[in-house]
Amino acid sequence: MRVPLSWLGEFVDLEPGTTPEAVHAALVSVGLEEEEIHRFELTGPIVVGEVLEFVGEPQTNGKIINWCQVRVAPGDETAADGGPAVHGIVCGAHNFVVGDKVVVTLPGAVLPGPFPIAPRKTYGHVSDGMIASARELGLGDEHDGILLLKNLGLDDAPVGTDAIALLGLDDTAVEVNVTPDRGYAFSIRGIAREYSHATGAVFRDPALATVPAASTVEFPVTLADAAPIRGRVGASVFVTRAVRGVDPSRPTPAWMITRLALAGMRSISLIVDVTNYVMLELGQPLHGYDLDTLTGGILVRRAEPGEKLTTLDGVVRALSPEDLLITDESGAIGLAGVMGGRSTEIGATTTNVLIEAANFDPVSIARSARRHKLPSEASRRFERGVDPQVAAIAAARVVQLLVDLAGGTADSLGSAIDSSVPPVAIELPRDFISGLIGRTYSVEEERSALAEIGGELVETPTGLSVTPPTWRPDLTDKWTLAEEVARIVGYDSIPSVLPVAPPGRGLTLVQRLRRTVAQTLAATGHTEVLAYPFVSEADNRLFAPTAVVSSDAAGAAAGVPAVAEVPQIRVANPLDGEAPFLRASILPGLLRIAHRNRSRGITDLAVFEQGLVFRPVAGIRYGSLVVPAGAVRPNTALEAELNAGIPPQPFSVAVVLTGNTVRHQPGRAPVAAGWQDALTAVQQVALATGVPIVVRQGAHPAMHPGRTAELFVATPAGDLSVGFAGELLPAVAAEFDLPAVVGVAEITLSDVFAQAGADLHAAPIKTMPAATQDLSLVVSAAVPAAEVLAAVSEGAGALLDHIELVDDYRGTGIEPGLKSLTFALRFRAADRTLTAAEASDAKLAGVAVAAARFDATLRE
Amino acid sequence: MSESTENPAPAEITEAAVTAAVTAALAAISTAADSAALKAASREHAGEASPLSRLNALMRSVSKEQKAAAGKLVGQARGRVTQALAAREAEIGAAEAAAKLAAETVDVTAAASTWHAGARHPLALLQERVADVFVAMGWEVAEGPELESEWFNFDALNFDEDHPARAMQDTFFIDPPEAHLVLRTHTSPVQMRALLSRELPVYVVAPGRVYRTDELDATHTPVFHQIEGIAVDKGLTMAHLRGTLDHFVQALFGPEAKVRLRPNYFPFTEPSAELDVWHPTFKGGARWIEWGGCGMVNANVLRSAGIDPEVYSGFAFGVGVERALMFRNDVKDMHDMVEGDARFSQQYGMTV
Repeated sequence: MRVPLSWLGEFVDLEPGTTPEAVHAALVSVGLEEEEIHRFELTGPIVVGEVLEFVGEPQTNGKIINWCQVRVAPGDETAADGGPAVHGIVCGAHNFVVGDKVVVTLPGAVLPGPFPIAPRKTYGHVSDGMIASARELGLGDEHDGILLLKNLGLDDAPVGTDAIALLGLDDTAVEVNVTPDRGYAFSIRGIAREYSHATGAVFRDPALATVPAASTVEFPVTLADAAPIRGRVGASVFVTRAVRGVDPSRPTPAWMITRLALAGMRSISLIVDVTNYVMLELGQPLHGYDLDTLTGGILVRRAEPGEKLTTLDGVVRALSPEDLLITDESGAIGLAGVMGGRSTEIGATTTNVLIEAANFDPVSIARSARRHKLPSEASRRFERGVDPQVAAIAAARVVQLLVDLAGGTADSLGSAIDSSVPPVAIELPRDFISGLIGRTYSVEEERSALAEIGGELVETPTGLSVTPPTWRPDLTDKWTLAEEVARIVGYDSIPSVLPVAPPGRGLTLVQRLRRTVAQTLAATGHTEVLAYPFVSEADNRLFAPTAVVSSDAAGAAAGVPAVAEVPQIRVANPLDGEAPFLRASILPGLLRIAHRNRSRGITDLAVFEQGLVFRPVAGIRYGSLVVPAGAVRPNTALEAELNAGIPPQPFSVAVVLTGNTVRHQPGRAPVAAGWQDALTAVQQVALATGVPIVVRQGAHPAMHPGRTAELFVATPAGDLSVGFAGELLPAVAAEFDLPAVVGVAEITLSDVFAQAGADLHAAPIKTMPAATQDLSLVVSAAVPAAEVLAAVSEGAGALLDHIELVDDYRGTGIEPGLKSLTFALRFRAADRTLTAAEASDAKLAGVAVAAARFDATLRE
Repeated sequence: MSESTENPAPAEITEAAVTAAVTAALAAISTAADSAALKAASREHAGEASPLSRLNALMRSVSKEQKAAAGKLVGQARGRVTQALAAREAEIGAAEAAAKLAAETVDVTAAASTWHAGARHPLALLQERVADVFVAMGWEVAEGPELESEWFNFDALNFDEDHPARAMQDTFFIDPPEAHLVLRTHTSPVQMRALLSRELPVYVVAPGRVYRTDELDATHTPVFHQIEGIAVDKGLTMAHLRGTLDHFVQALFGPEAKVRLRPNYFPFTEPSAELDVWHPTFKGGARWIEWGGCGMVNANVLRSAGIDPEVYSGFAFGVGVERALMFRNDVKDMHDMVEGDARFSQQYGMTV
């Protein structure tokens, strides 16, 4: 809401010299947040001039330029710019005659832009100033000529008069943000009242300044809402007043144009300007009909199926049976509270006017405005609630202005229906507000605050009965009254008291594990980033862990990953039409981030992200068709249904590595990042969670067919796949504009966390001397080393203290198709020093199991 | 043998012969520059073929009465030489060890490593930090899904389906819209989940990701983070809200930080307030910064959770994590937080 200060000052005392900043500060203190300050960005000298004579001079470009002599000061007086009383000015407009009073911007003046005015050589003359158009002054869009003061009814202003003051261009408007509960603050009336609350300045309610006269000839109006929305009737107040004999040629006065412009509204025609002006002043949306175009009386009803209406903007609108309409015998003539119809529009020849001031149900208007995407000044006010008692006053005020400014005559034709429900009294127990706010409010403080906002107070045995004013539909219970008292007295007076919470249990296991995983990955060289979770369908098809690799061998051989359909979640109104889906995997976003880093020259990269992924299960219909009402706890079944309707959103972590993992350094050759680093990250996560992650050769549609590990954790129900790690498929890497080798890993941490937290039982540390032995086994190259290691461990038994793989050799001396795996074994007993023979026996027992299981042979 | 030419065999043990042998030995030892030279000197002057050894061998032929004197003469001489050898050996050993270490000098500023630094994202760290402040006060950390039911995001929080406040939330809706699923527009649905699932009293904070249909620019992002707090207990007041916020901002922004409340409107609180922070260390001078919203939990929100607002009261607050990072750590542009440029996180390392 933009509030011209001159207007505000009509209804509340403004100290002389009050700055817009001070008004902002005052309004902020009562809850109206400051926005901008609006001014006509111009400075003088800008004066009234009279065209004494002009000569049309045809130019080579075909234009005719007028060389004008303009009187800008009376007699022989010096003009406001220090120049002569008559200035020679070049003017390209042609809408004036000799003797017209115009606005002259003299040298030294600055127009909005900023556009400084100076004597200027042009078309063979020195133009000593400029004759201004309305647009150049910031008064409107008109650019078909210069501004003629006779069109504003200011023809009698003496030459040399300061035009800035004359036109009100020295006024300023403060803009405040009106919260959606305070419809009444969408008016100068409401803002003036709030300013009074903030400063204590005297408030003069403009609604009391106009007394509506009763009409004597009834204009027939029927309110017939056959289908109230949510039980609320569409129109509760409907006032009409007729004015006849309006002179359509009368201009809108300058002061009104100026205030409308500062308030952000364009001047259209006097009648429309007056309805807008009164709406801004009192907050009551108004509509004017050309009375001569109305057919019979008005019926307010819901639209019929298939009904159409051409609105003022010329758009033909298909109506919904929920739309509330103003109709006459010709059919629909307006979308109630949103926009009028074309057929009864006020036009350039309108002389007889019917004014409508109604009160419509906020829900009905909000829905219509949303349905037709027509947020208007009227709908904005109705949605937030308009004072039902101001309708008749606003209609009378429009009549009065049309009589005063447009030469109209107040007609006896009119109507006034008021079926609005009066505000309900609220019981306010004594001490309730003090108890809620935590500050003692005296009886006097409470009463004066509640009276100041317009409440009617009646003392009761337990406290007060407070009837809110008609313009405050938001005051519905004692809590809303508490806010009024607290804000009028001032939030600054609320003390600061730290409450003592009961002892807490600290972070949960899962919360601690998330932190540990992130800290571990960061400490081991990975950089945490955060990607938007919006992806394309192709991203999800490729990376969702539920995607399965096609068994189509031909496709696989061609390097084309074929995947099954994956269920996914689509955003109905995405910002980026290319990425309307919610990620089932963190990897696509992380790969794009990797690309962005590389494009900025950061080529050695290890990044990770933790966050939710969205993994709906195929075949389930998520959501709930019916949403329970608020303010009531849903029963257990309903609550369970709501929760069951929410798609699974497990917590996941992903890692992407490119470039070198060991950087090129003095004395150290670089080591390129790859699948091993991805698997290292997996083991770092396993360490952080305390849950072993088992690695097996796997397959994934986005990953290298020979360099992919599937990751498992053991659960009571068997091994559970929790993710993948390895090397990205080179073709996929190319799609993301990344180098051919990219290490990737993703782990569904929720599934890992579910296995964490078991009590750990420590084994005693064995301190007897160890016996170490090496073992080389030759097995088929296809057998995973981890399985051979497991077999040896199993066979070697309890004496085996430690085993690790130290070499995988293929080549000379080893038959093709086989490999030699070398393990380092350390044996130790708890109670004695082992003999070499004992260690060897244990080792051979391990070999036996590997031999039985994998045909492993001892390497000669 | 060259030795024999240099050390002619003495014929008998004389003081002169012994002295000459010792003098020669000591001279050779003292001039030995390294352990190899010392070893050679030792062999020549204390070895089996050395003059002293040969003099010693002559002891066999010394007469009985002269044996004691000769023995003493030779014994002392050998002792002196052995001592000199040991002393010189220690000297040379120390010098050589020092030289070896000196030769091993490296440029410690150019250490090669298999490790390189990683980093946390400051938004994540800041959320953890805030959680820690509240956990230290006995509060707990609550969570909820990002893809939410409209009931939790709106209806339960007193957002009427037709109220303009609901339209002002710039909500991402999920297909099909009639399933009433949304990307949560605030962390406030976690309030309701906490109230429904926990025993009263409840004191929880809920950090997390939220979504609004704002285009990315220097100060807006469609995906951002909030921290929500809610306390519901008997007798909680707006003064308790202010006290909690004062403590919170002092923990995060320093002991001089404080909170200013301005009237505002939110469907889920009544009374409601805008929360400004006095930020004492703001780059460019201490000032008030708009940070979030707060208020007393609306009676309808308590009713949605089956709590009697005549018995219990509560307060709630919500603040933006991105905004906090912007003014606390002088981040000028939202793009830096969301683009994933590794250099941004790496400025923070492991702390914020």
